[in-house]
Amino acid sequence: MSDNAPRPDLARRRLLMAAPLVVAGGAGVAFWRMLSGMQQGSFDPHDIQAPALNRPVPDFTLPDQLPGQGFGAADLRALKVPVLVNFFASWCIPCIAEMPQLNALKAQLPIWGIAYKDKPADALGFVRRAGNPYARIASDLSGMTAIDWGVSGVPESFLIGPGGVIRWHSAAALDEATAHQTLLPLAASLRT
Amino acid sequence: MSAATRRLAAMLATVLALTIGLSPLAAVAVDDPSEMLPDPHQEARAQAIGSQLRCLVCQNESIEDSSAGLARDLRHVVRAHVAKGESDRQIMDWMVGRYGNFIRLSPPLTIGTVLLWLMPVLALLVGGLVAFLSFRRARGTGPAPLSDDERARLTDLT
Repeated sequence: MSDNAPRPDLARRRLLMAAPLVVAGGAGVAFWRMLSGMQQGSFDPHDIQAPALNRPVPDFTLPDQLPGQGFGAADLRALKVPVLVNFFASWCIPCIAEMPQLNALKAQLPIWGIAYKDKPADALGFVRRAGNPYARIASDLSGMTAIDWGVSGVPESFLIGPGGVIRWHSAAALDEATAHQTLLPLAASLRT
Repeated sequence: MSAATRRLAAMLATVLALTIGLSPLAAVAVDDPSEMLPDPHQEARAQAIGSQLRCLVCQNESIEDSSAGLARDLRHVVRAHVAKGESDRQIMDWMVGRYGNFIRLSPPLTIGTVLLWLMPVLALLVGGLVAFLSFRRARGTGPAPLSDDERARLTDLT
């Protein structure tokens, strides 16, 4: 290749030089979006995407948990109004923290509780101490019903629409912002 | 050797034999041997399935490795399904139907995971291309032949 020969591959070479920069830039933007999403809470890599969403509740029948009356899938499917189903346990600390929120919510949205792997006497004591936010309570002592719902830990809440369809799901303790910005508007839209 | 020493030696031998004999059990995470299926073939299948399922509490452990309550329950469910004679595929589908693909420790090939699965092949292709291009260039462009001036300078120098 002599010194004064034209360089037809110069443009191609520039393109090849730019390619890694473009790839690195793209990856940088993607990582930045992921990290900022994690910070804002819009992206959570630990989140369990509930496949239960927009499906009818799974079949189950559970015994009563005092002080309430138990319920099963048939009761949820016969619903005409939305109901929040809340899995809880007396041994679960986030559940204790969640109770004031549930008590504040119960006048606007009926809450049905399922005691998850909890001794009936312990669950009764817990509900009495907390001021009982539940209209009905059932006992899932073996935890097998919770597995059918896709519950990975307590507390976990499901909004059940009319006809017993799961419309919303949260694998964390309810907070005031979620309750007022997401849950209650959704429940109101299901009521019409 | 006194009788006491002999008894101690026998006891140690027994403990050793038991430890060695039971060592396959030590590799199993089940908290309680009564969890295991009586049929060793079925138990091996259940363990193979369980090692593919994520414990949703600890998240980076399989349900076979985890001692969380939910993992124990899921191990029990897997064994109940294996004992019923269900296929691996049926059991996996049962789990995915409840917990989504997140429960699978190896994600299935979908639109969202295609880049993940193809990355080794892509990296190999890109690396091969770069290597091919640089080898070709190295072979194609030797040093430029000396000009007349340079040749004259070279003869001067030598």
